[in-house]
Amino acid sequence: MRRRTGHTEDKRAERTLGALAVALLLLIGGMIVTVFVNAWPSFSSNGLSWFGPGGDVDTQLRAMQESTPLPGHSIEYFRAWPLIWGTLLTTVLAVVLALFVSTLAAVFLTEFAPQPVRRILEPVIRLLAGVPSVVYGLIGILALAPFINHHWISTSRKQSVAYVVQLNGADLTTATVILAVMITPIMVALIAGALASVPLPWREGSAALGVNRWRTIVRVSLRTARPAIVAATVLATARALGEAIMLAMVAGGRGFAANPLDGLTFLFEPVRPLAATIVQEQEGLSIAPLAHTIYAIAAVLLVSAALLSFAGWAAKQPLKRYGIRA
Amino acid sequence: MDSLMPPPVRRISVDREPSVIPAPAVSENDSRGAVQPSARRLLTRSDPAVVRERMRIESVWLAYGENWVVRDVTLPVRQGEVLALIGASGSGKTTLLRSLNRLTEVTAGGARAGRITLDGQEIHELEVNHLRRRVSMVFQQPNPFPMSIYDNVAYALAEQRPPRGRRRRRTPALEAAVEDALRRAGLYDEVAGDLTRSAQRLSGGQQQRLCIARALAAEPEVLLLDEPCSALDPISTATIEELIVGLRESVAIVIVTHNLQQAFRVADHVAFMHLGELVEYGSSEQVFDRPSQQRTRDYISGAFG
Amino acid sequence: MDGAALLGTPKPAPRAGAVVRPKRQGTSAWPLIDRIGYWLCWATGIALCLIVLWIVVYMMIKGIGYLRPALFVEHPAASLQQSKSGGFLDPIEGTLIITAIGTLIAAPTGIGIAVWLSEYARPAPLARAVESAVDVIAGVPSVVLAIFGLLVFSESFLGFLSEHAANGTVYGRSFFAAGIVMALLALPLIVGSTREALSQVPDRVREASYALGKSRASTIRCVLLPSIRPDVASGIALGMGRIIGDTAIITILLGQTLTTQAVGGTPVLGLLRGTGSTLTSYVFYNSPAGEGNSPQKAYAAAFVLLVIVLLLNALVTALTGGRRLDRLGIGARLSLIGRSFPWIP
Repeated sequence: MRRRTGHTEDKRAERTLGALAVALLLLIGGMIVTVFVNAWPSFSSNGLSWFGPGGDVDTQLRAMQESTPLPGHSIEYFRAWPLIWGTLLTTVLAVVLALFVSTLAAVFLTEFAPQPVRRILEPVIRLLAGVPSVVYGLIGILALAPFINHHWISTSRKQSVAYVVQLNGADLTTATVILAVMITPIMVALIAGALASVPLPWREGSAALGVNRWRTIVRVSLRTARPAIVAATVLATARALGEAIMLAMVAGGRGFAANPLDGLTFLFEPVRPLAATIVQEQEGLSIAPLAHTIYAIAAVLLVSAALLSFAGWAAKQPLKRYGIRA
Repeated sequence: MDSLMPPPVRRISVDREPSVIPAPAVSENDSRGAVQPSARRLLTRSDPAVVRERMRIESVWLAYGENWVVRDVTLPVRQGEVLALIGASGSGKTTLLRSLNRLTEVTAGGARAGRITLDGQEIHELEVNHLRRRVSMVFQQPNPFPMSIYDNVAYALAEQRPPRGRRRRRTPALEAAVEDALRRAGLYDEVAGDLTRSAQRLSGGQQQRLCIARALAAEPEVLLLDEPCSALDPISTATIEELIVGLRESVAIVIVTHNLQQAFRVADHVAFMHLGELVEYGSSEQVFDRPSQQRTRDYISGAFG
Repeated sequence: MDGAALLGTPKPAPRAGAVVRPKRQGTSAWPLIDRIGYWLCWATGIALCLIVLWIVVYMMIKGIGYLRPALFVEHPAASLQQSKSGGFLDPIEGTLIITAIGTLIAAPTGIGIAVWLSEYARPAPLARAVESAVDVIAGVPSVVLAIFGLLVFSESFLGFLSEHAANGTVYGRSFFAAGIVMALLALPLIVGSTREALSQVPDRVREASYALGKSRASTIRCVLLPSIRPDVASGIALGMGRIIGDTAIITILLGQTLTTQAVGGTPVLGLLRGTGSTLTSYVFYNSPAGEGNSPQKAYAAAFVLLVIVLLLNALVTALTGGRRLDRLGIGARLSLIGRSFPWIP
């Protein structure tokens, strides 16, 4: 008698929980479908050149908002290249910088740092990993941007591009630096954790073969920690890609394609990555063409996130051969 | 008994004495004790002509913290023969072994006194990594790196090549050295088919032989073995013991072992340590058949351990 | 053979002068390139310490400098003298409400899904799809979730969750809307923590319970869930941390009014249908990027946020203590990352 009650209870529990899981699946599936369906008009009227360059993004967006199409183009006309370029620049530069710094810092933390330093640094890194991005944005725009503005951007430089764009310290460099500072704590935490769990026999064996500590770290510890480094990079890139608010605060807010051919000025030109654009244009979600464009941007972000996950998975496969598990 | 119950299949006899095989009588004069007379030495005694001293341990004291673990030990380590360190747990034999390639320095808070020389040079004046390439070590648990077999064996060698431009992973010289090391370790025939296989996929005995090959690749002068067979099955153990005896011509070998039979099979000279002190040192015939110290006799006969 | 006889008399210790205590290995004999690497590590480590120190000290100085107790109890007021007027009572209220809604929805849902994935997970393709869905949420930028939420909550049949505008369209922005979407943010963290914790429970515990005749459901309820309570709690705390820290969803889904505006007369429901702000959107609003332009209040609010995060971290540490599943406790688990799309061969 009791067993039968248990059995129906089991079935009921499984069905309820399963329904919950399926509901989530449908929700997410619905989200993906909705985003793409709403994005389709923008893609279909622009074709593949949606991703290309062609005019000023801000003018195009204003045109859509005021429902007055630009001369010679449809109302949906949009060329997202400056935004894509801004996203690529900030994300790639920030992640590369953070990867370099985080790996070295993680090695320092696990191998060379004296014990009291380690004891203080670990909780502090944990704290920084949890700090909301607005706070970083605040520091960026109130401390770093004015600093760069005063010390690194000379008046002559400003004048040289004044006809196109204003240089005021909220720019590519500020965005990249703050973004890198934001994603470093997570990467350090992950990589340091992996380095600390490299088995002692491997490190001892390497030392016994006459290989000095640094080479042991490079050839054994870092190699064993490679899945963690890959995972940390994927996580950090995802966070950088999706960072909207902080970048809206410090990146400059203008949909401008920073031009490397401008030399050093390139570093100080404003950019506006994709996610930040969505935040800044959110008022326009009620106007049809603008809404389509915003959903198109969201679709691009979704696809990038998916590609990122896949890339992370693919990068870890070759290492499983040699017994390095993540 | 009730006639309805079936008769028992087997009658349990309770009146006979259980038979016991008596232990061999231990007389005062017979000190072979636990070492069975049938255990054979693997090879004849090494040829005295090729034996030469490589390392000398002189009045060495070693401590962890405030505790002296090795007390005033003096031993020679010779090429052409196998030296076995035997003793109970805590006798300091592993610590002594690890001090020979300065691995004891990795743990902080130790202390030492005395001299250890390699070819006449005090090892603490040598650069530690150079020393460790001349004095290699194989550990109790096989610890192959998470790399291919080739990369494992070539590991120390690849580090030694001067960094001229791009370091190529597979130069002919390196490949030849890897093959040679694998042959000396008796592993080449089993893995020659695919050296890029992961080292983790080998069996325990193969992994330990891989570790030996890895240690041999840098052509060390002395090979230290810390209970290399304790984690292995008897067949792998036998293979490795043959290997050890075969290597003694080219490398001085020091082996720490818990297993008295193994020491009997493999060693030319035996050092018995107890609580950090060197109780007896001599040729293996002398220590096993005619030990001069009572404590040695007790240990070998199994009175403690 | 007794112990005393075994000991004998140990030899006396060597002369103090002969004893050497080895020091930590120096790097002087290393090749130059290795030494450069070593110094780079030290330089980076020191730079990291300095930057971290600078950030912490800077935020403390700026934050405490402008923090007054009055700020906690005053409502934000729009006025010309921004630096002198108004506090952040409403944003604090907003943060609490949003976190509460988000956590209340995410916690049972997350635990339920994690239990299903860990203990049932049939049929297998469905389980993998659900896993992928959770990973998608974890990886998707919060702005995308926000605009999707806006689309959903602007549907007329969901008008009860927010406000109806005069011309019949649904406003779509309210505490409900923001809270529900925030739940999605916290969900992957809770699911991840719970699954990890469940996978650490050895099978013999389950087998013992089944052998006693308990059904799987009651095993989960009475045996498994209580035993992983600290890890689930820490997962929830991490989810809360994520909710508190997100601004994008707030700016899009909470209506951007500085003070809490209720909708309709009903006491609690009206509040939840209304709009307001949270500490994060308050900081954004008062920064030069927003319209308020009073950095002092932004700093003060940012400082309060930092303190909240600190307390949450302390809570997570206290909950898991030495049994922490991931050493540095930031909720990012290797097993979750990069495991997405397991159906790709």
